[in-house]
Amino acid sequence: MKKRYVDRLVRGAMRLATYFVVAVIAYILIDIIVNGLPAISWQFLTGVPRRGGAQGGIFPAIVGTIYLVAGTIVVALPIGMATAVYLSEYARQGRFTRTVRLAIITLAGVPSIVFGLFGLGVFVLFFGFGASILAGSLTLACMVLPIIVVASEEALRAIPQYLREGSLALGAGKWQTIQKNVLPYAIPGMITGSVLSIGRAAGETAPILFTVAAFYLPNLPRSVFDQVMVLPYHLYVLATQHPAAEQVRPMQYGTALVLVTLVLSVNLGAILLRIHFRRKYRW
Amino acid sequence: MVEGFKPKIRTVDVDFFYGKVQALFKISLEIPEKQVTALIGPSGCGKSTFLRTLNRMNDIIDGTRLEGKVTIDGQDIYAPGTDVVTLRRRVGMVFQKSNPFPKSVFDNVAYGPRIFGMKDRRRLGEIVERSLERAGLWLEVKDRLRHNAMQLSGGQQQRLCIARALAVDPDIILMDEPASALDPLSTSRIEDLISELRRNYTIVIVTHNMQQAARVSDYTAFFYEGRLIEFDQTEQLFTRPTEKRTEDYITGRFG
Repeated sequence: MKKRYVDRLVRGAMRLATYFVVAVIAYILIDIIVNGLPAISWQFLTGVPRRGGAQGGIFPAIVGTIYLVAGTIVVALPIGMATAVYLSEYARQGRFTRTVRLAIITLAGVPSIVFGLFGLGVFVLFFGFGASILAGSLTLACMVLPIIVVASEEALRAIPQYLREGSLALGAGKWQTIQKNVLPYAIPGMITGSVLSIGRAAGETAPILFTVAAFYLPNLPRSVFDQVMVLPYHLYVLATQHPAAEQVRPMQYGTALVLVTLVLSVNLGAILLRIHFRRKYRW
Repeated sequence: MVEGFKPKIRTVDVDFFYGKVQALFKISLEIPEKQVTALIGPSGCGKSTFLRTLNRMNDIIDGTRLEGKVTIDGQDIYAPGTDVVTLRRRVGMVFQKSNPFPKSVFDNVAYGPRIFGMKDRRRLGEIVERSLERAGLWLEVKDRLRHNAMQLSGGQQQRLCIARALAVDPDIILMDEPASALDPLSTSRIEDLISELRRNYTIVIVTHNMQQAARVSDYTAFFYEGRLIEFDQTEQLFTRPTEKRTEDYITGRFG
């Protein structure tokens, strides 16, 4: 008798927790869509902000965000994947790899504002990149690197050992084996994990605060050394720094909607990519 | 030990270590050319470890070490400067778990030749056909060369792995319990294939199945606790073993 009550209680509690999670997501999305949709217009998406963002559009911020995400991918993906391949395929497992893994996990836990200050100190000031797309991308890349490494290593470790042995036994070299019989199967997982983390980084404000984000810059960047407007920072400014925060509410919601859509489409891209690769390589 | 054959592989006092654990003790064995040599013994006796010393597959495990000498055609394969890639090309291997790559049948068999730089599609096609024919699989898959190899049955997958090994033209084929995961019919096909292949290849096969060793092999080596207990012509070893432990094992008293 008692067992049945316990079971029922546990199941009920867990279901409640699940509903709670769904409710939070649904509330956020519905709130943003309902309030943001009216603000969306052709002019909003393609225009430049006017009167401190109270009117006009957010085009420069959209472009800036896209540049920043692209820059982050270009920097972080190759380095992260190479690290993962080294750790999982080449490095002798032992104290060294344990230390590196510990460092990576620690790095993943560092608050984003610390990355922001690090980026300011190293990329903006020390290397003299100034507040720029370059400095911002590098900062975001540092932030997502640990996640990319962990996700990629997991994807590599999911590849059964017999595929490596089978290839080596045929006389393939180590790199040939990795290139022909490990990476093709691991890359979908590596990319998916990595892109998801980059999508998350695209919404961060703290790391870009000092390294790239411009408060108001209607011109589009001409090189990687230019500052840009970025959606999360624009949203932050509209919501907290604007003298008439109440009046620009629709602009805030519109910006939030665009930002969420952008991040979700990056994620969707990752998922589509995975489906494509899954179809190509099955085992 | 056994007179009257030409040794292809010779091991002299081979000790093998996984870290600090010694897995093989002073193994000295001469494996005859173009014959089937079976390695038998209970689980953990070192027969698979020994097999993997013959194409240096143990090298890929961190912290392993070999002492003693392994020669193939008189060449020390552990001598400094030995090209492991060339060695593994000469010494093919078929694994216990059939391990086709998640690629097409064609790409599986062409994997080895491509590794060695062959690009000519016609030549590749010929090699693939010949290898599949030798592995007794050609008729079954000739219309499915572009299909994913994972769609083949277990027995076909294992013969595909044999074809893949044959495609790089080895002189020696190592087989690590090649039929242990297969149904009786597929097993007997593999065994027929082994008898077929021994005309052109030196075959070393690890097996748990004593009847199989008796059926397919010309010579049998009995391993126990990392040591070579007895090595003889299969018929001799199975009918008149000289060692008590061999007799106990083949009559099923342990292991």
